[in-house]
This record gives sequence, structure tokens and C-alpha cells, in this order.
Amino acid sequence: MSPDGRAAALASDSLPATEVPVIRIEASRGWVKLGLGELWDYRELLYFLIWRDIKVRYKQTVLGAAWAIIQPFMSMVVFTLFFGRLARIPSDGVPYPIFNYSAMVAWTFFANGLSQASNSLVGSSNLLKKIYFPRLVIPIASILAGLVDFALAFTVLVPMMLYFGIVPSPNVVWLPFFLLLAFSTALGVGLWLSALNVQFRDVRHTVGFIVQFWLFASPVVYSSNLIENDLLRTLYGINPMASVVEGFRWALLGSASDQFKGPGAMLIVSCAAALLMLVSGLYYFRRMEKTFADVA
Amino acid sequence: MEMRAAARLPAPAPPDRGEVPQGPVAIEVRGIGKRFYIGARQSDRYRTFRDVLARAVSAPLRRARSLIGGHATGAAELHEEMWALRELSFEVEQGEVVGVIGRNGAGKTTLLKIISRITEPTEGSAVIHGRVGSLLEVGTGFHPELTGRENVFLNGAILGMRKAEIEAKFDEIVEFSEVERFIDTPVKHYSSGMYVRLAFAVAAHLEPEILLVDEVLSVGDARFQRKCLGKMGEVARGGRTILFVSHNMAAVGRLCSRAIWLDEGRVRLTGAPRDVIAAYLASDSSLAGEEHFEGGLSRPGVEDFKLDAVRVRPASGEPTGELEADEPFIVEIEYRVLERLPQTRVGFLVQTGDGIIVFDAYDADDPRYLEYRDTGSYVARCTVPAHLLAPGRYFLSFNAGIPGIRNLAFAEAVLAIDIVDTGAVGAHFKAGRTGLIRPLLEWEVSQ
Repeated sequence: MSPDGRAAALASDSLPATEVPVIRIEASRGWVKLGLGELWDYRELLYFLIWRDIKVRYKQTVLGAAWAIIQPFMSMVVFTLFFGRLARIPSDGVPYPIFNYSAMVAWTFFANGLSQASNSLVGSSNLLKKIYFPRLVIPIASILAGLVDFALAFTVLVPMMLYFGIVPSPNVVWLPFFLLLAFSTALGVGLWLSALNVQFRDVRHTVGFIVQFWLFASPVVYSSNLIENDLLRTLYGINPMASVVEGFRWALLGSASDQFKGPGAMLIVSCAAALLMLVSGLYYFRRMEKTFADVA
Repeated sequence: MEMRAAARLPAPAPPDRGEVPQGPVAIEVRGIGKRFYIGARQSDRYRTFRDVLARAVSAPLRRARSLIGGHATGAAELHEEMWALRELSFEVEQGEVVGVIGRNGAGKTTLLKIISRITEPTEGSAVIHGRVGSLLEVGTGFHPELTGRENVFLNGAILGMRKAEIEAKFDEIVEFSEVERFIDTPVKHYSSGMYVRLAFAVAAHLEPEILLVDEVLSVGDARFQRKCLGKMGEVARGGRTILFVSHNMAAVGRLCSRAIWLDEGRVRLTGAPRDVIAAYLASDSSLAGEEHFEGGLSRPGVEDFKLDAVRVRPASGEPTGELEADEPFIVEIEYRVLERLPQTRVGFLVQTGDGIIVFDAYDADDPRYLEYRDTGSYVARCTVPAHLLAPGRYFLSFNAGIPGIRNLAFAEAVLAIDIVDTGAVGAHFKAGRTGLIRPLLEWEVSQ
């Protein structure tokens, strides 16, 4: 068929031309577009993947969803014993258990999200090899599925606060913002690690170590008030989890002690750091994406 | 066509729909190429930092050495490269049903993966007009812990269906799958047949403008396969564009309006399915009566089974493809089992130049060979009685698998046989015989 003939055929086509999407396939070079619009088109798939993760997570376990509570709660008990009782680390004027647990709920969401995201692509290699969809859906879904665990762990905070006689401050409305910051950080780093993991399975062995190291680099078992120099404390915000944890304490326990000043200036540094991790992670992920199906 | 003259069986002609395609273009492929590095792809499936560091150190040295040694230069030498597709160009008009045929490793699956955007081409481009649904495997994303109902929704979403769309078609899907009673049971309790039926039922209700189908019909029992082929025919008549990769020549002949034969990553021939199939089957099947597969042949990813050699010979003689109609002939298959396999069957198909399968036969047809196959080398020998096939040319394909579960190896049309008509039933009257088989039957004529 001559090119003219085809043009004529296209013109005479009765279907509205706008209805049919035209996809161009070719080798991508250099930096590629993020394609976030396409992610929106696949929101239902995102929903179903999250739903699957949640449904499957506690199948064939005896304690089921109770694990979502046991994990942060037992960590809190251990930390209370060692850091609260033995090491007597100052806890900003509230009892150590609630000091630690209010941070632990945020931390557990972040840590689980990060490790799930890092292994998500490798775990879904079968999907990657057989079906097209925006690959970003996979790590995002694996982190968002952790929100259910977060909600369960969070419910324990209520009896704990009652027990210790702490009323949440009005600042509690800011909690979703700090949760979003934790999500962005987990996603940013998770994107890097998941894409690297496809190429280098070393990552799988590194994630546990990174999470552990990061826990002690964040003010979960101690307070960031230990840093007295204001500039240093602000710079501490390079670790966005420092702001998340301090933000959680400020929002939840702020009325019980005036030592919870919130992240303050640290927050600006944290937001910038998280944004940098997220944007660089997105670009790196998109750049490596084309190789996933071939090497996963 | 020389081949069609040789296979003189009056096979029913497939409908010649749209010989000269009219409508607008659905798929335009221009100079597509895909390169793989064999070293990185097969021997070490994934790399570690250590390897990369080691290579970073050793590669310049090796390159320097090869330069000094006067060998070919460049990166290509460091990893062996392989082009799965090269300079591939073709067009598919809207509403066409195109069959893609070719040997194992000809690049058929890679082509589908590029068009469905699972992987990127190394060079060239393609333009797709319309939503693409790809079906490279049935049951992608099925989760064993979830119930049938839940998996229908999950799998539908993965294949690109909207939730509302799945809900609207849910009853139809369940009915098609014939697993109504177990729809709320976790699929890990399903038999493999039920699993495949449910998975295919979801896929069959996918309604994109362009449907890409890989060899998914090779699973499931014959009756269900027919049902699926029927469904595909229905979809095709509905005006959708279908690109269909298959080894089932009869299905390609029946469903497709055009066939493309891929050979070593390039289009070797395209045209009416009948002609393309005939040329393809005739291409390298030899009349020598023997074919060895160096290193053993198996499907990609299969490590526990290797097909080593196939042979055809008269009951009393050396391997040859020229067989007398009045003498039994023997088909021999040599294979190795590298890891104990459950209920494996190894056998062959006999088909005409038009792709019509006359019959297939498997060693497991004999109940003595229905059990496990232990590790070791085997020779399967099948005697085909005299006076079975009508004179003419046939092609033998060899197949091994665990029925309904796993395909192990498939060697398509590797041997050709000519049934010579001397001594055939009715050969004394030269004319007026027809049919695919020419049995010697008992007659009693009374007056």
C-alpha cells in the first residue's frame, strides 16, 4: 500500500481519531519522562496490587494481622528495657514506653515499606516479563499496603495514651503530613534500591543492614534534643526520618511536655532531602526500567 | 509452490479473508532489532558488585590483550552478543488476524514483548494504533492464596481491564471457565486444568483493539483448546486486530488471514497462511530421515529434559524419509532426563504441508510408560503400521511435555517423509483416491 493510500484510508476512517491511542515504541536514550500521567491511568491496578498484598500478607499465619501490632510493640518493650531502664536515656519528660512507641509506629511503616519496596521488583519478575504496565506501580503498591499495618499499630497508641494520661495536642492534624514525608522517603530510597536490586542482588542482603543503621541514625530510641547545637540539629534533618519521628511526637505528645518542639527548621532540610531522594529515585528507576524485563 | 504440489492431499482451503488488506494500519513495525548479551543473560542470571568490579578491572586488560593479539576489537567481543530480531519490518491493518510462525528462537516471543512494551527494542521503531492487550501467558499474576473470584479481579486488572468491566463480565467469565462451584476456593486447591481454564476465561474476555497472543493455547485439554480457538475466532470476526504466535499450524491456517514467517529474527515470508505454512514446513525438514540436536533441544528455561535426536526408518533398514506405503516404519526419539520427571510424555505429530495434523502419538499412550521418568538416556521407538498414511509428503514434529503443566521440548517439522505409492492400497488404479489415510480394510463382496 502506498503512503498516499494509507493516508486516504486513515482519513476515511469513521472512528473518531481521538479515541484510538497511538503508541510509539523505540529505544529510549538518556533521561526519560517520568510518565506520572500514565500512573494515574493505572490507578485501578495499583489498587488491586495493594489489595492483594494486604489479603495475602497474613494468610496461613496463626496470629494474622496481630503481627502488625506485635512487631513495633515488642521492639518498644525491648528498647524500653535497654535504653529506658538500663541506659536511662532521657525521654523528653514523658514515660519512655510512649516516647518510643509514638516514634515506632512511624518507623515501622517506613522500615517495612523500604524493605518491601526494595524487593518488590525482583518478587514480581513474572509480571514484569509478561505484561506491560508502568513499573512504578509495583514499589508504590508495596509501600502503600503497609498503611493497614500502620493503622493497626496506631490503634495501640490510644490505650497507651489513656494509660499514661496524655491527651493529643491539636497539632495531631499534622500527622498525615509527617506520614507523607515518611512515605516519600521510603519510596525515594526504595526506588533506588529496587532498581539496583534487579541488576545486583547484593542489594537484598544490604537492605536489612541499611534499615538497622538508619534506625539508630534516627531519633527513635533517643531524642534529637540530645543535639544542643541548633545548626547541627537542623542539619540532622538531612535524614528525613528525624523530622518524621520528631513530628509524630510533637503532634501526639506535644501537650504532655514542652520539650516536644517539633522538627522546626529541621523540617525544611528534611523536605528538601526527601524530595531529592524521590525525584532522583524516580528518574533512576525510569531510566533502568527498560532493562527490567530482560534481566529480572 | 513446489511444496503444495508435493503434498497432494486435497485439504480444505482456509477462507482467504482480506488477501489485500484495506483498512487503516494497526501495527507498523519499522526496522526493529533487539540485541541480547548472551554472557549476561544465560550463564550468570544476575550480576553482583564483585563481578562488575572484576570486569571493570579485567575488561581493559583483556581488550588491550586482544588488540595486541590482533583480534577483532570492541565491546562485542567481551560479551557475546546475539540479535533476537534484526531489521524487522511489517505492517498489520486493522481487523487483520496475523499468525506469526517460526522455529524456536526465531524471535517470535521477543517481537510480541516489544509490541506490548514489555521490553524495548535496541533499534528501529513501531507505531501502534489502539489499546494493546497482550496474552503471553495465561494466569499472569494469579496468586495461589486468593480465591478464584479474587484472582479474576486481580488478573483482569493486570491485563488492563477496568474494575467495572470485570464486574460486568464476571458471570460470563465464570461460566466460560466451568469452575463455578469452586469460584470461592483458593486457587492453590485447583487442579492444573481448572487453573488454566479460569485463567484463560479471564483473558478471553479481554477486549482491546489489538490483541497479542503467544503460544497460550498449548495448555489445557483438547476440548478446552477448541473452545478457546472458537472464542478467538469470535473475537477476530468482531473486527479486532490479532497477532497470534503459534506452533499450531492448523489453528493459524484456520484463524488467520495472513501469516508471517520469522526466521532468525527477520521476516522470511509473508502472505496467505496456506502458502506460508507450506513453505515453512518444507524449509529445513530433511528427507534424510535423521536429525541430531547438538547439546540437546528443549524449551527456553527447561533444564531437566533434552531432546537429542530423532529418526525415521523403514522397519527393516537405515534412516530415510522415503518410505513404502506397504511397509511399517519406525520413529525413534532419543532423549535425556536430567532430573526425575513426573508423568512425562514424548511423542510426535504427523502433519500435511497445509498444517493439518493427521495424528499424534506419545510413548505414554502405552500404560507401561505412564509413570515417572528417572534420570537417564532414553530411546522411544514407535512402529507405525503399514497402510496407514495415504501416499504423499508429511512432516514430523516432536513434542515432549507434562500434559497440562509444562512443555519440555518442541521440534517443529524437522523430518519430512514421503510415502511412496508403490504398493499402496489402490495403487493399481492411478486416479481417484482421496483422504489423509489409506487403510487396508477387509472387504467381502457377495452376489
